[in-house]
Amino acid sequence: MAVIDATGRPPAQAGAAPRPVRSRDPEDHAVPGGREEAWRFTPLRRLRGLLNGPVADSKVDVSVSAPDGVEIERLAPTDSRIGRVLTPADRPAAFAMARSDGGLSVTIPAEAALTEPVVVSLRGDGGVCYEHVLVELGPFATATVVLDHTGSATFAGNVEVFIGHGAALTFVTVQDWAEDSVHLGAHAYSVGRDARLRSFTITLGGDLVRLNPTVDYRGPGGDAELYGLFFTEAGQHQEHRLLVTHEARSCRSRVTYKGALQGEGAHAVWIGDVVIGADAVGTDTYELNRNLVLTDGARADSVPNLEILTGEVVGAGHASATGRFDDEALFYLMSRGIPADEARRLVVRGFFAEIVDRIDLPELRERVMSRVEEELAAVGV
Amino acid sequence: MTTAVSVLEIRNLHVSVDTDTEGPREILRGVDLTVRKGETHAIMGPNGSGKSTLSYSIAGHPKYTVTEGTVTLDGEDVLAMSVDARARAGIFLAMQYPVEVPGVSVSNFLRSSATAVRGEAPKLRTWVKEVKQAMAGLEMDPAFAERSVNEGFSGGEKKRHEILQMTLLAPKVAILDETDSGLDVDALRIVSAGIEAVRAKGETGILLITHYTRILRYVKPEFVHVMAGGRIVDEGGPELAATLEDSGYDRYVKGVEPAAAVS
Ligand SMILES: Nc1ncnc2c1ncn2[C@@H]1O[C@H](COP(=O)(O)OP(=O)(O)OP(=O)(O)O)[C@@H](O)[C@H]1O
Ligand SMILES: [Mg+2]
Repeated sequence: MAVIDATGRPPAQAGAAPRPVRSRDPEDHAVPGGREEAWRFTPLRRLRGLLNGPVADSKVDVSVSAPDGVEIERLAPTDSRIGRVLTPADRPAAFAMARSDGGLSVTIPAEAALTEPVVVSLRGDGGVCYEHVLVELGPFATATVVLDHTGSATFAGNVEVFIGHGAALTFVTVQDWAEDSVHLGAHAYSVGRDARLRSFTITLGGDLVRLNPTVDYRGPGGDAELYGLFFTEAGQHQEHRLLVTHEARSCRSRVTYKGALQGEGAHAVWIGDVVIGADAVGTDTYELNRNLVLTDGARADSVPNLEILTGEVVGAGHASATGRFDDEALFYLMSRGIPADEARRLVVRGFFAEIVDRIDLPELRERVMSRVEEELAAVGV
Repeated sequence: MTTAVSVLEIRNLHVSVDTDTEGPREILRGVDLTVRKGETHAIMGPNGSGKSTLSYSIAGHPKYTVTEGTVTLDGEDVLAMSVDARARAGIFLAMQYPVEVPGVSVSNFLRSSATAVRGEAPKLRTWVKEVKQAMAGLEMDPAFAERSVNEGFSGGEKKRHEILQMTLLAPKVAILDETDSGLDVDALRIVSAGIEAVRAKGETGILLITHYTRILRYVKPEFVHVMAGGRIVDEGGPELAATLEDSGYDRYVKGVEPAAAVS
């Protein structure tokens, strides 16, 4: 299968890191051994064989609620819209594409201005399953789409988001899995000329969640704000690997991911790759990851990467920091009269506020915060 | 029975610290001290004599274990209280090294703290004004309110922030552990004025730990105590501070076995 990226151009040549193979055929992708840059943080043994694309023995229960005018379809595997934005960069994504039996498509027509969100709920009920979700926002439309993952599953899922010129999409993906779930996800966003994407990636559960959000721009003036929030508990592995590719001129990207970790063996990984191509003059990008380690035994890896092939950028920067809420900080707050459980809540709420306050859906905001507080309460003080 | 005047009473206080390598080590070896409402006491003493240990023990830091003696506030057993309960009872510690708390803004922190100590949330309108005024008094940029507690603050900014909290919490007893250290002349004047303003209200007993007399020119103590080897070894009036700065602690330290040597 040909190697074509979302812009239709051949992948960038120069640069330090080798570009991953991009292909829909799973066998074009080598089976990782664990030392590869893309896999070195992931505990392969906990993937439950998803690298080899086991046949599904269960189905995700899909339900969609959408305002009038939004078209919901099941696409056939041969539909040309599948693979328009996403060309798999690893085996699980390729298998998810091959085994999803087409895809669930959400189309919001040109110039529509939705006042209610589209909610796509994917509920796992125990086994191996795949799904491929496509969202297309027509030119100059505005909409909010929520993808909500719950239940228990061994799941490889792809998401392709195509944003028309001048359109504005808020896309929220919630990973609120049961504790035993494994989720590998390739989430590809294609931002049209003068279009705007605001995405929220909220990972709260699962035994292992590994998401690869990628952003490409099809024309100048695109703007992508990618927010992420994760709460990694004892024994959980949550990995977010972002790749923002600026090949078009005058586009903007902002990445802000915040994670809290607690408990023995909690492991969070954040990789933020931003590539600015030789023609992408006027690019403005900044990426940030902050982690808050609440207890001993938790570990956060945070690796920002900026690769710049043009000298004419408006701004390009990154920052990454991992702080500890340790016994001394707890003592400090308590010495000001604040009880221990409230001190912990204060710290975590304050830390996440920057992200949560930006979610325009009050119910979801509440749900995220109360889930976070549940997890806090679970560990006790 | 109620005590007419708020009073912190420390009697025969022995404190050990849990060291990582050697197990418990006795640092305080029988401290006696009484601080009444409105009084100002200075504690001076060489490095390692146990001054911070005393302050942490009163505030309830988990690393320090009281092995003997009592601490009471208005007759209540302070040692039986949790750290937060001590603060709500009216004890305040301005720390020698204030701790960074990532994620919590100063404004959020101050409000949570005032709510806890006062027993009810202060009314928003008056609260905002109160904080503004207190910050202005300490010449703190209002932008600090939105920053994370102590994160990236300079040494002097941290100390101002401690005094800001003391101002808002109006404690019965305030222990100021080297609040003057690391301050330049201007900052020292500003911070001292902040302490003075609290003291002038007459509701707070102050225990000021310092190595230098320069702060004592602004905040004048009625009592000066010398701590060496985990005990109060001398006491006097303000004149004692001046003598100490001139002649040092040699005459106290000799013959006192250093705390560090005790196992
Ligand atoms: N957490 C700790 N672990 C080990 N030793 C400690 C600990 N805290 C205090 N000590 C020891 O106790 C002794 C007294 O320390 P403390 O900090 O109370 O002295 P100080 O009088 O405040 O000194 P300084 O003037 O330098 O601030 C020192 O020998 C110190 O090393
Ligand atoms: Mg000290």
